[in-house]
Amino acid sequence: MKLQTLSEVNIERAARRPVIVITDTANGDQRLVKAKDIATDPLRVELSKQLRMGKSGMIEAAGKKLFLNVYAPTARLVIVGAVHISQALAPLARSLDYDVTVVDPRTAFASPERFPDVPLIAEWPDVALPPLNVDHYTAFVAVTHDPKIDDPALLHAFARDCFYIGALGSRKTHAKRAERLKAQGASDADIARIHAPIGLNIGAVSPSEIAVSIMAEITAELRLPKENVKEQAA
Amino acid sequence: MLNRDEDILQAAEAWQKAGHGVALATVVETWGSAPRPAGSSLVINDDGTFLGSVSGGCVEGAVVTEALDVIASGQPKMLEFGVADETAWNVGLSCGGTIRVFVEKVAQS
Repeated sequence: MKLQTLSEVNIERAARRPVIVITDTANGDQRLVKAKDIATDPLRVELSKQLRMGKSGMIEAAGKKLFLNVYAPTARLVIVGAVHISQALAPLARSLDYDVTVVDPRTAFASPERFPDVPLIAEWPDVALPPLNVDHYTAFVAVTHDPKIDDPALLHAFARDCFYIGALGSRKTHAKRAERLKAQGASDADIARIHAPIGLNIGAVSPSEIAVSIMAEITAELRLPKENVKEQAA
Repeated sequence: MLNRDEDILQAAEAWQKAGHGVALATVVETWGSAPRPAGSSLVINDDGTFLGSVSGGCVEGAVVTEALDVIASGQPKMLEFGVADETAWNVGLSCGGTIRVFVEKVAQS
């Protein structure tokens, strides 16, 4: 790999933009395709398929064996609510290699003593979230139980097409939340994207167990082929 | 923490810029129960220092040795490790899978 190619890969990844490196394994010839150039690339069909799956792999094209190395951005987790569950969820997500950020305007909750080593933003969602550049490679959970905080946060997550959106609360709480969000312009499709009650049903009781159930559900959403996710989660 | 792929590639770039010979080894194909998926990578410098993994620890030793050759020659190589191959068994891909690893030098131009 040319140093310049390696530098470009690192720049794109730092900016959280997907990039694919195509290598002819017969001779080492290589080229890099940025996300924005995929649509006009001769291999656009194969490239977009691999990127959608987030998987690297070999393809054959024009008699050549090509390796497509897909560099999708590191998954990120935004936790809205610096609550007890979040204290277990943040370190667990970090151990799974997520970049974690916790947002909660209530300074009594969002304190460094409660969240050592985790970036913490003690602001309302409308101030805290836009600079985070929440994107498709972000899992987003709202766990404050307070509609004033959770609702605007969820609306932001819809707009940014997060790969996972979860919200804490019983079915009854969620039904009321759905009504409120729709009144604020959310579509039925948006509402359907919320995982609520949050987490896989593993009978979790303690905050740590709930954190495990949430991360299991996020992992399933990230890794399983789309048609299997619902089935596994049910 | 230098265990994520993006950290590994940043280390490769930093090593190269610091004047090291650097090779990049990437899993390009897997069959059976391979320990790490295609795209997993290992970076190696001319001191023999390496970061990342292509097999979760089974064949890294052999890959590092080959990588030092690639750094010296500049010629990329395709390595294959599998249980059917006695040498591969010796270096320890005992999980029964087969992996193909592409090793290339990080070159100035």
